[in-house]
This record gives sequence, structure tokens and C-alpha cells, in this order.
Amino acid sequence: MLRDKDRFLNILLISPSILAVFIFVYVFIGWSVRVSLSKWKGLNPDYTWNGIQNYLELFADPRFHVDIRNTLIFTGVFVFGSIFLGFILAVMLDQGLKGEGFFRSLFLFPMAISYIVTGVVWRWLMNPATGSRTSGLNLLFTNLGLDSLVNAWHTTPTWGIAAIALAAIWQMSGYTMVLYLAGLRAIPQELKEAAQIDGASRLQIYRYIMIPLLSPVTLSALIILGHMSLKVFDLIIAIAGKQLPLDVPAIYMWQITFDGLFYGKGAAIGILLLISVAVLIIPYIRHTLKTEAQQ
Amino acid sequence: MNKKLFALLSILVIASMSLAACGGGAATEAPVAAPAATEAPAAAEASVASMGGAVEVFSWWTGGGEAAGLEAMQGVFAAANPDIEFINAAVAGGAGTNARAVLATRLQAGDPPDSWQGHAGQELIGTYVAGGQIEPLNDLYEAEGWLAVMPETLIPLISQDGNIFSVPVNIHRANVLWYNPAVLEANGVEVPASMEEWFAAMDTLKAAGVIPLALGEQWTKLHLFETVLLGTLGADAYNGLWDGSTDWGSPEVKTALENYAKVLTYANSDSASLSWQDAAQLVVNGDAAFNVMGDWAEGYFRELGKAPKTDYGWAATPGSNGVFQFLSDSFVLAVGAPDPEAATAWLTIAGSKEGQEAFNPIKGSICARTDCDKALFGEYLQSAMDDWSSNVVVGSLTHGVVANDSWKTEIDTALGLFLANNAVDGFQSALVAACASSGPCK
Amino acid sequence: MKVKLRLGDSWLYIPLIAMAIFYLLPMYVIIITGFKGFEEIDLKTMWDLPKGIAFDNYIEAFSKLSPSLWNSFAMVIPASLISSALGSLNGYVLAKWKFRGADAIFPFILFGMFIPYQSIMIPLVQFMRGAGISGLPGLALAHVIYGIPITTLTFRNYYASLPQELLEAAKMDGADMLGVYRLILLPISLPSFVVVLIWQFTSAWNDFLFAVILTGNKDWPITVALNNMAGSQIISWNVQMAGSLLAALPTLLVYIFLGRYFLRGLLAGSLKG
Repeated sequence: MLRDKDRFLNILLISPSILAVFIFVYVFIGWSVRVSLSKWKGLNPDYTWNGIQNYLELFADPRFHVDIRNTLIFTGVFVFGSIFLGFILAVMLDQGLKGEGFFRSLFLFPMAISYIVTGVVWRWLMNPATGSRTSGLNLLFTNLGLDSLVNAWHTTPTWGIAAIALAAIWQMSGYTMVLYLAGLRAIPQELKEAAQIDGASRLQIYRYIMIPLLSPVTLSALIILGHMSLKVFDLIIAIAGKQLPLDVPAIYMWQITFDGLFYGKGAAIGILLLISVAVLIIPYIRHTLKTEAQQ
Repeated sequence: MNKKLFALLSILVIASMSLAACGGGAATEAPVAAPAATEAPAAAEASVASMGGAVEVFSWWTGGGEAAGLEAMQGVFAAANPDIEFINAAVAGGAGTNARAVLATRLQAGDPPDSWQGHAGQELIGTYVAGGQIEPLNDLYEAEGWLAVMPETLIPLISQDGNIFSVPVNIHRANVLWYNPAVLEANGVEVPASMEEWFAAMDTLKAAGVIPLALGEQWTKLHLFETVLLGTLGADAYNGLWDGSTDWGSPEVKTALENYAKVLTYANSDSASLSWQDAAQLVVNGDAAFNVMGDWAEGYFRELGKAPKTDYGWAATPGSNGVFQFLSDSFVLAVGAPDPEAATAWLTIAGSKEGQEAFNPIKGSICARTDCDKALFGEYLQSAMDDWSSNVVVGSLTHGVVANDSWKTEIDTALGLFLANNAVDGFQSALVAACASSGPCK
Repeated sequence: MKVKLRLGDSWLYIPLIAMAIFYLLPMYVIIITGFKGFEEIDLKTMWDLPKGIAFDNYIEAFSKLSPSLWNSFAMVIPASLISSALGSLNGYVLAKWKFRGADAIFPFILFGMFIPYQSIMIPLVQFMRGAGISGLPGLALAHVIYGIPITTLTFRNYYASLPQELLEAAKMDGADMLGVYRLILLPISLPSFVVVLIWQFTSAWNDFLFAVILTGNKDWPITVALNNMAGSQIISWNVQMAGSLLAALPTLLVYIFLGRYFLRGLLAGSLKG
């Protein structure tokens, strides 16, 4: 039971955040919804009612179809890759090896560097030229005799966006590692020791004790990585500029809003992104909350 | 727990507790206002007018020759107006992409800079004049006598209903074919003057194992597209595309699109992963024979330490001899400018001979004025100055002269789809639709 | 409480070093390009070492970035500390002191993470102007508020995984809500604070979009200065790469400093205590 004093204190503690989020998120989203239902095109606001016309146009727009496909591929590769790599790295670093701090900072460092240059470096690394102009990773592979790894990277039709996800994994897996490392460090050593006494192998300990205990961390990682992949923008621009095969909703939204001045349509893209997030995330969170309540 | 750890904890606890205290007042700003207040002096409002006023000039000239050129022009301004503070609010981003978003946001929030940069032509007229955001400058043109020194063909492009809306500072040429003289010579190829000659030359080069045409990311393909349109249709029909007198659905336009599709087959396979710099470099390195790019490429070649005529040569793009496809950076006066007098003083310098002579040689462009001293410029720019005064002038699509922003974005989207599916008919019908939805076609 | 290195674990260095090479490859290119001259930058020779070690690019980049350095610190430090503290309190309440409707509040806050910032630039600028908040305080405020969802998420999920018995013991001893937080949770939240501070510091430090629309040229943080080193046409990648490394150094130092607090056994210690 909550004591009376604490009953109000908890609401008091959280209310500034709720108010701030209400204004800066929900009021602004409300404005954006209104714009998405308007005919606004050009520099000056125009709230003339347009119904769901902007949405209908997007559903029929082949460019938007490419965007959805690219987002799905990017999200799949990026989220899975970062979680997998981050978890493996965290487990390796959790073994108490010498030089842990060095490796940890090294794996985290890519996150600190601005997208403008990491994008360009990846563009150079993933240069698909062949013959005498071969460069970047392809040149490296050729010189190491790994010719089978040579590929067209982000210029591969349809799956090119997965190469961009590789660059994003390079940049963000260090953070996933840190998330898991903090989670691993919070698991009481006694649990592990008890399992070891019961004769569990290290693999079993991770499989049956650590991974289940880390599921809240995995949830955090999924959501953080997921929100990044929906918004990915700067990295793609830096690697490939604005081009259709690697287009994503955030780029389309930027281009149609600020280059093309179709504010109504741009807002509609933003709202569709939000709706898709809501559809994906909310049931998952409700499920998590229910599971927690049962425990 | 060691000492540092304890210190860190204490800071966090104090911060958390003070927040909890603030929570009661529901003042969302309070948590930030408190710590920020101590650091605020650095953020003191810059635009507070000092005695002689201040002019905030917004541009996307932040790096290299552009920034140095702007600085030189700023020097001229400071010498003429020692009392006026010059606030350089330049924001970078590929051809002004970020800058334009920031500007649009500021204008919509009612916070315009005094003066800003825009591509002369429909980019300005279709966006800012249509939005009622910029003032006409006819009085300034008359007072400064600019009508006599600016090319006649330029004035209609920066005017609407008899009002002139911007001060052009420089001129770039878009329809330039850059080539590697040694590569052409080694393969016995002449500089092509028509599309047919160009195709023949590129066939020879391709057979010899040279990349015929160096190409970069999507916007460079839009740039190539506009020069192929011009080269196939000729100046009059090209101009007609933008005022509605040339039908986008016509067989002539279809021929142009087919030419474009054919030109693309000669390009390097890795174009999607190259910037315009990478693509231009292929030509001076001898990997590729041709590159179509605006004449800022010349500034790049020179920075690479290459020599004109020996390391790189230039010509009008095939089929566009005697035509100058231009783009121009120009400055405007904001409606509701915080300090219109200071802004006018800036525009006076931007349009002056002294200002343009300070800016352009450093930036690597030619003056919009026709009376600049030729001796200040290098070999290429001198030839561009000759052409500028003698050629037929048409505007660039990619760089904002002939089509408004919405129309250009639609054309760019259609081009993106075409690059993915190579369907000429679909491309043409998308172009017809774009002209109807955002251009003059009905 | 360092766990003793078992000899049998030495083989782990093989995959770790292999991974380190993967992470270092792009870094290698950034570093050597930072030492190259403009005419040396060529796709063909991207792996080659520079002709000489000259610090010109770094000096040029530093002279352009240094005026903005202080602006970045003045904005990032309060922004990351405050949003982390708020996130910790929110997470504590949402995980351990649930009130009626608390389960709806969590997704309500979390949803804010997904808002595409490009689409709310206009109301954001209008709001800040209307509220009279300009420059760095406004930028810090934006980072605090848009940081709340992610910090709340991290802390809530961390606190939710802690056994309830931990709190009950303290409550038995008569500690109130804030007492439990201060005495029990705060000490063992350190790894989470590290995780959240790393995120907030990095994203506020590297943010360009909010910075460029909410601040003027006198109070631009370092990312705007970094972006501005590139021109709209010709970009000197050598100077740009040197500048990016310089701009990333403070963040790296934060990683190294905060990394020391990934201590094992904090929780175990408090359980025993």
C-alpha cells in the first residue's frame, strides 16, 4: 500500500515530464495531423481542408512503396545485427578480461563521430567499381584473396539498403553492447555461482538465466534501435545522396517538405510513420506490462 | 564507493531533488532555465541593433572558395559601412538543402533574416515572391544604375510583373562538357558538337576500354538530364518547356528522353556511389573521357593542381553550342526585415562592381555584371565571360532558374523512378503530370 | 570486486581483436585522410598512407571549431544531466510506485521517441519564440524534453528487473519513497546512468537539426560549425575528417570516463548491506 504522502509524490515527480511530453510531442503531433489534412503547398501556411487526399496520394505513390520496402529491410538488418553483435560483444567483455576498458571505448567510439564523415567513409569503403578502379573494401578483399566477398554494396538492386544498415550497425552496435553490459553487470553474481554449483555450463547459464533476465534490456534496445531505423536520414544522405533505390520515408518527407514545399504531404508521411510505430509498439508494450504484472 | 563516484552521485541527487521541487509548479521550463541562465551570456541576442544597425545575411556559403569570397565581399561592405555589424548566418548543406529548410522554418515562424541567398529565377519567384516574403528592388536598381550593367536576358528571370526581386552576385554555367584532352587524343576522338557525334565518340571510347562518361549521384543525373534536353530540343523549345509552349508529351521530348537513356548507358557503373567531385576526378585522372557538370568543377580541378587545356578541356555540352545555360546566386530583401536600411546597404555592395570583383574570382564564378575586370579571372572564366555576353541565355532546371521548387521536386522524383525502371514512356507521362500539377501546363 | 581472469578465456582475444579490426577500418581511413593534402584524396588511394605527417588540417579545423566548443558544453552538460535525472525519477515511479493509470503513462511518454523531428520543426520554433526562450537554453530544453522518452525507457526497464524485496527491506526500516530511491536505487543505478548519459551526451553533442533551427550564429554548437566547414559545392574531405575527429574527442573522453563506472558487484554489495 502506498502511504498518503507518497501517493501524491509519485504523481508530482512525473508530472513535469508528462506535461512537457504532452506539449512537445502530442500538441505538435496534433498540429502535424492538421497540416496533413490540408492543402498546404508553398511557403505560407494554408489550412484549407483536404480530407485524406494526401494519404491517398501516398498510398498510390510508387516512391512511397519503395520507401516502405527499404525501411523494412533496413530495420530488420539493423536491429537484428546490432542486437546480435552488441550482445556478443557484451558477453565477451563481461568475462573480466584485461583491456576491457580499451575494447569498450573502441567499440563505442564510432557512435561519437558525426554522420557526415562516417557516411562518406562508408561510401568510399563500399565503392562498387570494378577492374582497375576497384577500391575500398572490395580492393581489400581482392588483395586478401577473398574474392567471393566482393560485391556491389549499396548499389545492389533492392537489397542495397542492407549495406547502409551495415554502416549503421558499425556505428550503433557499441551502444547496444553498453546497454547489455550494464544489464549483465546488474545480475547478481550469486545467481551465476548457484547455477555453476548445480553443474550448469556457461552456455546454459546464458541461455537459461542471463538472457531471460536481460529481456527488459532487449526491449529497450529494440525500441531504441527501432526508432533510429525509422528516422534514418543523415547516414543515407551522406553515403548515397538522395536517390530512389535507397530512399526512405524520412528522406522523402524532408525532400517533399523543404525542397518541394508540399507541407501537407510531408506531414502525412510523418503521421503514417507514427501510426505504424503505434501499431507495432503498443501491443508489445502492453504484453510486456502484463507479463511483468503477473510476476 | 570512491570519492569521484560519490561526487557524481551527489550531483545527480541534487539535480533530481531540485527537479522534484520544481515539479509542483509544473513549470516545464524551470529545470532548464536555471542551469542555462548561468551560461546564457554567450547566447546573448546577436541581432540587437547597435548604433549603426546590423544586417543578418543568410546563405549556404560556408566552406572553401564560397566562404572566402563571401568574406572578401564582407570586407568591401565593412569598408563602406563601418557602423553596420555584418552577421554571417551561413548554414551548410548540399547545395543549400539544410539552409533552405532552416530558412523556410524561420520565415514561417516570423523570424526572417534581413537578406538571404537564393538561386535567381523560379526558385525565388515561385517560393518567396509567391509567399509574399521579399520586397521588390526596382528603386535600388534605378539608384545604382544596375539595369545598364546587368545582362538584359537576366532581368526577366528575376522579375515578376515588372518588379525585380533580387540582386544576382555571380553566374555559373551549367552546360559544360569537361573532357580529358589526352584521353580523347589517344583514342582519336574529337570534341563532339552534337548528340550524334557524342554517341559516336563514346562508342569508340567504350570499345577502347575507357569510361566514356563519368557520372555521380542522382542530382548530377538531373543536371545531365537538363543539358540533354537542351542539346536535343535547342534553346527555343527548351525554354518552351518551362512556359508551357513546348508540350512535354511531344515526340521531340520523347527523342530527348531516349537520348538521355542512351547517354546513361555510357556512364560508369558505380555512379550511384560517387559524389560530383569523385566523378569529375575520374576525368582529370584519365579514367574517364567526359563529365557534364557546372563550371564550379573548374575551381575543383584547379584545387587539385590541374592545368586548364592540358589536364582538362571544356566545351558546351553536345547540341548546345552558342547557348549559355546559367544559374546565379542572388540576394533578396526580406519583407519585415529587422533592419531594412542595413539590408539595403548590403544589397548595394552585393550588386556593386567592387563587391562582385571581390567575390567572384575567389568563388570561381563570373560576375553577374558585365563590366567586371577580365584580368582578375583565369583562363576558363574569361572564356565564360565572353560566352555570357555573346550567347543565347537559358536557365538551369537543377539549380532553380526555370522551375519552381515543387515542380523541380516532382521532376526529380520522376527521374528517380526512371533510373530504377528505365521506362521512357512512364518517365514522359510523369513529366507531363508534373508540369500539370506544379508547372504552367493545364 | 574484479573477477579473476581465467586462463581458459584467453582465446576470447581472437574474436575481440577481429571485431576491433572491423571497428577500426573506417576509423583508419578517417585518421589518415585527416593528414592528407586536398590533391591526395582519391578513391584509388584511400588505403594509402599520407605523403607526410602534417597537422595543417587539424589546425585549420580546430580554428573553425573552437569558437563553438564552449556553446556545446554549455548546452550538452545540463541537457544530458537533467534528462537523465528526470528519466531516472520517471522510471522509478513507473516501475515501482505505480499509480492508477501508470501503465498508460509509460507508452504515452515512450511514443514521443518516434516523432520525426523534421515534421515538428515549425511548431517547435514557434513555441520557443512564443515562450521567449532563445538560443542555447532553448536548445538544451529541446534536448531535455525529447530525451525524456529514451531515458525513462532505459531506467524503467532497468528498475523493473530489480527484485521488489530490495525495496521492501528499506521500507521496513521506515524509508519513504524518496528515501528508498536515494538509499537503495540510486547507488545501484550507476550503470544505467552511464548508459543514459552516454546516449544523451552523444545525441545532444552530435545533433544538427535542432541546433541549426533553435540557435543563431553566435551560439551555434560544434556540429553546426562542423557542417559549415563543408561548402555547398567543393568539400575538402581531409579537413572535414580532421574536424570530425576533433569534434568527437570530448564524447570519447566522456565514454572513457563513464566507462569506469561499469563496476561489477554494486548490486551484490547493496543486497548484502
